[in-house]
Amino acid sequence: MLEIKTVTNCKIKDLGLIPYNEAYDIQKSHVDAVLNGEPQTVLFCEHPSVFTLGRLAKEENFLIPQDEILSRGIQICHINRGGDVTLHSPGQLVIYPILDLTNLGKDLRSYMRTLEQVAIDLLCDFDIVANRFEGQTGVWVSNQKIASIGIGVRKWISFHGLAINVNTNLDLFSMIRPCNLDVEITSVSKIKGRFIIMDEVKRRVVNHLSQNFNLRFI
Amino acid sequence: MESIVLPELGEGIEKATVACLDCQVGDLVQADEDLIEMVTDKATFNVSASQSGKVKEILVKEGQEVEIGKTLILIETGHAI
Repeated sequence: MLEIKTVTNCKIKDLGLIPYNEAYDIQKSHVDAVLNGEPQTVLFCEHPSVFTLGRLAKEENFLIPQDEILSRGIQICHINRGGDVTLHSPGQLVIYPILDLTNLGKDLRSYMRTLEQVAIDLLCDFDIVANRFEGQTGVWVSNQKIASIGIGVRKWISFHGLAINVNTNLDLFSMIRPCNLDVEITSVSKIKGRFIIMDEVKRRVVNHLSQNFNLRFI
Repeated sequence: MESIVLPELGEGIEKATVACLDCQVGDLVQADEDLIEMVTDKATFNVSASQSGKVKEILVKEGQEVEIGKTLILIETGHAI
């Protein structure tokens, strides 16, 4: 885990439900802003259903023809994050921390472990015991994956980030082998057997980001 | 001559794969300009020029796995941009 001694300022911006590509452009502008000395920013959002493929994605991880996916109105985007194919969909909280990793020891693995800890701490608030899975990146509840991570780093400024299934329609995951794994996906809602209020989740995530990354939200 | 090397990316990360070359031999590049995108299992990382100059040699190919510390690109410095 990271030992971060310096408190750094950070803004929060909630983009709401926003198409993937629009949110990506906003991420890029915030990366440039941080490089120009402006405060770090954490972006919250949800995306209309979209499958995204990271740099190492294998096309065979689509379990149905891509034409069929597109005909159902679900987008497919090839993007510049690490990792394989994943799904973003309404009800999934997507967190894009645009942070200066020079404050965090320039350690990509520690950064991702700390993102995992944010998800683990959040789930603990809902009395859900979540863990890492040895040799994998992400967060699991028992043997079901609940949160995924894929990051990009430019001049040590992070983008992309963490996706936590809160109220996500999990049926859509059956169209892919998420993250190149034969794994079942779960959500907070499925585990708790009720709809989860997203604003409550966001408030708690802000708290855990602040604690784990030593951020002062301004 | 300036050697652009794959920097330390953190504990336990010993290598990365060349995802995309953003320059060609002969290109004039500026300090801080992105030259190459590397990828690990869950992260992408842009390596940029430390000084302005001309791309003299590219020592890696897209898809190639590279160890931390290996020279990726040689930049001939002293070229006016």
